Amino acid sequence: MSDRNQALSAYYGLIKIRLTEETIADRYKEQEMRCPVHLSIGQEAVAVGVSQCLEKEDVIFSTHRCHSHYLAKGGDLNDMIHELYGKRTGCAKGLGGSMHLIDDRVGMLGSSAIVGGSIPLAVGAALTIKMQNKPNVAVAFFGDGAAEEGVFYESMNFAALHKLPVIFVCENNFLATSSSLSSRKPLDNVSMHGGPFGVPGEAVDGNDFFAVRNSAQKAVDRARKGDGPSLIEARTLRRRKHVGPEEGQFYADENGNSNLPQNVSPSSCPIKAFEQHVLQEKILSQADLVSLKKEVQTEIETAFENAQAALISEWI
Amino acid sequence: MDMNNKRTLKYREAISEALTVAMENDPSVFIMGCGVDDEGGIFNTTREAFLKFGKTRVMDTPLAENAIAGIGVGSAITGMRPVIVHARNDFLFLAMDQIINHAAKWKIMSGNRLKAPLFVRAVVGRGWGQAAQHSQSLQSIFAHFPGVKVILPSTAYDAKGLILSGLKDDETVICIEHRLLYENESPTPEGTYEIPLGKGDVKRKGKDLTIVAFSYMVKESLEAADQLEKEGISVEVIDPRTVSPLDMDLIASSVEKTGKVIVADTSWAQFGVSAEVCARIFEQCFYALKAPVKRIALPDKNTPCSSNLEKEFYPGVSDIVQAAKELMGSEVLADDARVHSGEHSKFAGPF
Repeated sequence: MSDRNQALSAYYGLIKIRLTEETIADRYKEQEMRCPVHLSIGQEAVAVGVSQCLEKEDVIFSTHRCHSHYLAKGGDLNDMIHELYGKRTGCAKGLGGSMHLIDDRVGMLGSSAIVGGSIPLAVGAALTIKMQNKPNVAVAFFGDGAAEEGVFYESMNFAALHKLPVIFVCENNFLATSSSLSSRKPLDNVSMHGGPFGVPGEAVDGNDFFAVRNSAQKAVDRARKGDGPSLIEARTLRRRKHVGPEEGQFYADENGNSNLPQNVSPSSCPIKAFEQHVLQEKILSQADLVSLKKEVQTEIETAFENAQAALISEWI
Repeated sequence: MDMNNKRTLKYREAISEALTVAMENDPSVFIMGCGVDDEGGIFNTTREAFLKFGKTRVMDTPLAENAIAGIGVGSAITGMRPVIVHARNDFLFLAMDQIINHAAKWKIMSGNRLKAPLFVRAVVGRGWGQAAQHSQSLQSIFAHFPGVKVILPSTAYDAKGLILSGLKDDETVICIEHRLLYENESPTPEGTYEIPLGKGDVKRKGKDLTIVAFSYMVKESLEAADQLEKEGISVEVIDPRTVSPLDMDLIASSVEKTGKVIVADTSWAQFGVSAEVCARIFEQCFYALKAPVKRIALPDKNTPCSSNLEKEFYPGVSDIVQAAKELMGSEVLADDARVHSGEHSKFAGPF
């Protein structure tokens, strides 16, 4: 794929997540999406950067904050919005909701709202891939809170022992609900957590699409070659409350001082950074960006209209 | 059962044969667990499969119960049929998040797009001082949750048929085995046969009194029924074989006939399987009852180690006989040194 087409595809992915999430946030007050929503605004580059390195048959598992992963992996937008509206036409027939998006047609095999819960599922999927001699990989997306759960370490140990084709992607937004990373861990070193098991780790700027993609490509190549798992710590920022549509100031104390590590800028935005880069490098034009945005906006409007009109859920 | 087939197997041999037959029939079946490949092979239930299918399909694992369960769920979602084995079911508490929050719920959370046919085998310990953490019976814990089936084989025949059936089921199945039954033999056909999950068995026909018994308590109940018969009391022993789903039709039809019921379970009475069965009997058969139901189950204490206290702790044949006599209004012997079925005193450990 040419640089231009790659960039178009990436921007489509990024802007689709951002605009979808903003629309959900705007319309949440209508009280027609009657389930908890954990928005991915600010974290789009991680989902898109990793997914750009995956094939359709590769599989991913996610968390309660799964909209970005679902959309980036190619999950159907229409089905997702229907799911949020609790309709039988939703991706999980209205039985899963925002926290349990799934689209097995594109390898999105589900999301757990138990922190860390889907990490071993990705390892299990990787075990199947190995046992069935398939060329695919599995990805576990999780947050920095999950990096404190025991099951993460048990899972890395097993994956490394069997050299399974799995990539552990920690979206470190420095928050677990509202607890800052610094109040939960003595050291800011999630990328090193695979060390005792021989799982190589890399910390990347999670708001830099290209940095995420490059790191993910290395991890995916390693997994496909049969060399085993990798850990990526993608350092990013959450722009809405843990749950719900509200904005807020999550990265500063009462005096306005940043509680983020020094090398993380509290104003960094993955979409702006991407736009700046592709315009500066003349990979895409302003007109390209505007026209893609318009296209996505229309898709979103249609999805919401259809979802509101769809039939309510029923028991399966 | 094919009565022409006179071959008998021990309970453990039947489990082993069920696994190897399932693995021959279905390449997606594989076994994981700590020590499944070693010489002992979980009391000789996985060694045969290991020798036949090797370490990729009979896989030793790290001690990481929750991740191993989750890895099983992930492999099940993607098309495999994992069998996870625990030498004691007490260790399942470490795997509860993956079994209850994930395996049991993936089907509904995915809108029926995916299934997680995880099969878990776990053994209840008893005797030789297994003490508080190696002796619990967790059937009520798992049966509480939708999306999980719980099977409790009491004979070799049932073990093989239930396991073969469970390994074709699309839901998560917990197979709770009893260590004291491992050496017991019963006629067991070769090859493949399945016992539908949710279909109980009349282990002994009778007309005066119904005993609904689970797992090892089936053995104790059958011995009690022999004794009671000598005293002119005809006992029907119902073995539901699976706790969830529970064959209430079979239980109700027996209770409607006898009007008198004892429910015997290997676990604690409070909030347990025996409580649930009694509640359902009250709901469905209240007007058929001629006397209050009785329960034979563990007292509200943790399991002691010392063998004299163990003997006091576990109810047995004599408790069932006494309860039956009370229900029948016949004379109850005051004395009563407690009598258990033979396995308890024969079991010489170590594990």
